[in-house]
Amino acid sequence: MSLMLNLVLLVFLLVMAIAVLKTKHLFAMAMLFGLYSLLVAGLFVVLDAPDVAFTEAAVGTGISTVLMLVTLASIKDGHEAVSSTKRKIGPLIICLVMGGLLIFGTHDIAKLGEIHSPPNDQVAAYYITQGQAETGVPNLVTAVLASYRGFDTLGEVTVVLTAGIGVLLLLGQRRKIHVKKRGQTHDDQ
Amino acid sequence: MTIYFLVAGLAILIAMALGVCRALLGPSVFDRILAVNMFGTKAVLLIALYAFFSGRHDLLDISLLYSLLNFVGVIAALRLVERGKFFANDARVDAADPEASDDN
Repeated sequence: MSLMLNLVLLVFLLVMAIAVLKTKHLFAMAMLFGLYSLLVAGLFVVLDAPDVAFTEAAVGTGISTVLMLVTLASIKDGHEAVSSTKRKIGPLIICLVMGGLLIFGTHDIAKLGEIHSPPNDQVAAYYITQGQAETGVPNLVTAVLASYRGFDTLGEVTVVLTAGIGVLLLLGQRRKIHVKKRGQTHDDQ
Repeated sequence: MTIYFLVAGLAILIAMALGVCRALLGPSVFDRILAVNMFGTKAVLLIALYAFFSGRHDLLDISLLYSLLNFVGVIAALRLVERGKFFANDARVDAADPEASDDN
């Protein structure tokens, strides 16, 4: 059942990504993005990573969709994506090279659940045996995130705080922002 | 017992596929919103089913979170449709014009 779930969810994911690329309707695009991250979160659940699935669902499906919808509400015109028919070859080459590099990089990744892979071989046993005594945190994941990788987490929190302040400054203005299309005059107000 | 889970999972996946079709093809905005809502509900069901199938009942928390987020997302989308009349106009144009609805 796991394999079937993985396959079907990945096919859905592919369909959704192509649909997001192809659709012209920005509202539909935002909703499809929500579905996309819901699917990713479902894949995380099947991959046995419930905490990542929590984060992905809260951030991807919840906050991102709402923020995109708020952005769409602030835009007065241009709810259709404008795409030029001219094919650009440069971005395509960059995408292909990047994808090729990523696929090349997957050869070094240890297999899922392999015992002698570096993540399981080196510090994991130490965390499990000594973690609670050293940090005093009952949850092992919290101990690793908040204590052993504390500076890393601090950096992440700083990034999230900065992003949140930026979003609040943009959206919290008293006057609503109405972004106009280029070349449009003010006569419609 | 496995066969029941398999059949239920297949049924939910087929329902999800139908929801995706409606979300992609949906001529009006409301079709899309309803399809996304249904897809979210099916994802909740699927995760609950997976939790029972794999015997890990803590996954039920995730399905609870999903249903909450689904609700919030749909409310946000409907609020936007209600507030900005551009979308409702678009929906009427789309519904009236079958040419515009087949590829967006």
